[in-house]
Amino acid sequence: MDLFLSAIDVLARWDVALALFVGAIGGVAIGAIPGVGPAVAIAILLPATFSMDPIVGLTLLLGIYGSSMFGGAIPAILINTPGTAVNALTTYDGFPMTQRGEGRRALSLAYSSSFLGGIFSVLCLILLSPVLARIAPMFGSREIFLAALLGIILVVVAHRGQMAVAAALAGFGILIGTVGLEPAAYTRRFTFGQSWLASGFDLIVVVLGLFALSQAFLLLTMDDEKIRLPRSRGSILQGFRELARHPRVAGVSASFGVLMGMIPGVGEFTAQFMSYTSARKLSKTPEAFGHGSSEGLIASETANNAVPAAAMIPLLALGIPGEALTAMMLSVFYVHNVVPGPGLFQNDMDFVVALYLALLALNVIVLVFLLVSTGWLVHLTRIPNRFLGMCIMLLSFVGIYSIRNSAVDCIIAAVFGLLGYVLKRLNLPIVPIILGMVLGGIMEVKFRAAMARVRTPWEFIERPIAMLLFVVIVLIVLSTAWRVWREWAPVDRRSPQKKAARAFVGRIRGRTTRHFENRLKRQRRTRFYDHMGS
Amino acid sequence: MDFGDSLQTRTRTSGQVIFVLAGLVATLFLLSQLTGQTEWSDRARNIASQPRLWPAVALIVMLAGFGAQFWRLRRRRPNLLDRLEMRRWAEPVEYLLWFMAFVLAVPVLGFLPMSIVFACTLTWRLGYRTRGMLGLAAAFALGVVILFKGFLGVNIPGAAIYQALPDGLRGFFLTYL
Repeated sequence: MDLFLSAIDVLARWDVALALFVGAIGGVAIGAIPGVGPAVAIAILLPATFSMDPIVGLTLLLGIYGSSMFGGAIPAILINTPGTAVNALTTYDGFPMTQRGEGRRALSLAYSSSFLGGIFSVLCLILLSPVLARIAPMFGSREIFLAALLGIILVVVAHRGQMAVAAALAGFGILIGTVGLEPAAYTRRFTFGQSWLASGFDLIVVVLGLFALSQAFLLLTMDDEKIRLPRSRGSILQGFRELARHPRVAGVSASFGVLMGMIPGVGEFTAQFMSYTSARKLSKTPEAFGHGSSEGLIASETANNAVPAAAMIPLLALGIPGEALTAMMLSVFYVHNVVPGPGLFQNDMDFVVALYLALLALNVIVLVFLLVSTGWLVHLTRIPNRFLGMCIMLLSFVGIYSIRNSAVDCIIAAVFGLLGYVLKRLNLPIVPIILGMVLGGIMEVKFRAAMARVRTPWEFIERPIAMLLFVVIVLIVLSTAWRVWREWAPVDRRSPQKKAARAFVGRIRGRTTRHFENRLKRQRRTRFYDHMGS
Repeated sequence: MDFGDSLQTRTRTSGQVIFVLAGLVATLFLLSQLTGQTEWSDRARNIASQPRLWPAVALIVMLAGFGAQFWRLRRRRPNLLDRLEMRRWAEPVEYLLWFMAFVLAVPVLGFLPMSIVFACTLTWRLGYRTRGMLGLAAAFALGVVILFKGFLGVNIPGAAIYQALPDGLRGFFLTYL
């Protein structure tokens, strides 16, 4: 109870309340504008929060992080464009509902599901705190190294279909994290004799380039879209009643969100993908998924909003960010000399509980705000793309230049902006670079500290948590290798013309007459060749 | 197609071979520089303390990743579509130059005046030439300066041109605008 009261004391300040309010409303507005997203907003605001108290700065950033996905559902449902990247699955069922004239019902379902996901994950966080406070001190250097390694492996494995390139980009992130003066032996690494490279690449400069400037470039080179906001009927409150009719889908999806959020390197995409596919399997009407199913909408929105609070678990307890946004928040902790990790739970538990309560209050503020302001929030989707690009570019300047007043930082950010633009054009992931950069640094420091204390390789994993993490890593690597081997198929490098010619030869091979026997016809039908041969 | 597969992210085909090849060449170049750009310390107690370890690990992961991606590419020789996509990659260079011009102008001509000029001229260049849009751009620039420099006090130095202002105004401009 004392802890709770001291946490309330931390929060009961006008600047914290203002930060929470601004973060919540700003996050919703940012989420509702397609093309901005929380990563861009957090990257831009990050340097501005360095002059604030840690709790004020973190509350502001948490507000944006936690509320942007609420707002992102608005354009996803009404105009088929996800406001944030993690609202992509919301378009699958939200937009068909809008086309049927049920836009308000879909919005209401999205708000109620998001609220449920957010509250559920904060409650899980609060309930897990005593366990975390007990487990966190068991994490020494080797456990933190293995957890960071697990994060890197998972961020690669989570990009199914793009694993090779995600691994390469994670490697690139680790590499740029090593550039500059090495802290142990004070030798230079990959500086090529350039003094401006001696201090290495600043994480925030890289983040601003990869997320903010690249997005500005993308928007500036885009065409503007004509937005037509459809009419819709229904009550904005009916979703709450409807959500109560699907407790199983909501419960499973929220659990997936919490679980995936807690695991470093996984995040919202995997959470909503898994909850969506499992909701489809559990549903009595799986064929409705993708065509305006309320269960599909509940699954995707509950899961993605359950992630932010859960993603704070590895960050606060171990100092390991699970995804790009928490990686950015880690720098706020470091700037204020607050080191997240086992020590935080032992020494600053009131600070941790204050963050939980802030997250709880955030969900309530956002829900109330959305219920009264959806009418005008939808007009934010009308901001022209290229004008938005100009705005992001101006704001990016503030973010980059205010760090060290360095034009070199701006050039570095611009180069990373171009790289991010190319990655976005190719639909390749940016997150592995950021996580590689952050987790690579953690791995290097912790591996060095751990190896100083062990004499044999066995000693590295003999402690229970280290052994558990090691076993999980081995299982993930083996299961991924098994899946890749099972799904292996030789690459078809023939041109479309050659493929068609080959298929035609296959069809007519052995044919002696124009007409086939019935048996042969039937065979051909099962092979989908039935349109030929008559 | 499996329903799960339909939800997967797909890499754009055009331009991919050029990106992967560039990544591969850059990795091989950096790998060739590994011994010159990193040191092998004789004083290191174990492999974990070697300054060369993590750059080497990173480069090996990059080589394996880009190598595997290149090996699995459907088309390993760039064609017209790849060249067209590459041309799209050069499009933001114009805006990059706008950005750098703005960066270089701010310390000399001031954050407030240059923000308004930058926002209005870029808005004009982008084709929004109505009074309303230009006014909106100027208002946005003014809002950014007041919010970030005036209220949040972000670290953007006062411009050289402000030194020419009268005493009373100079301090205000240097601090808040």
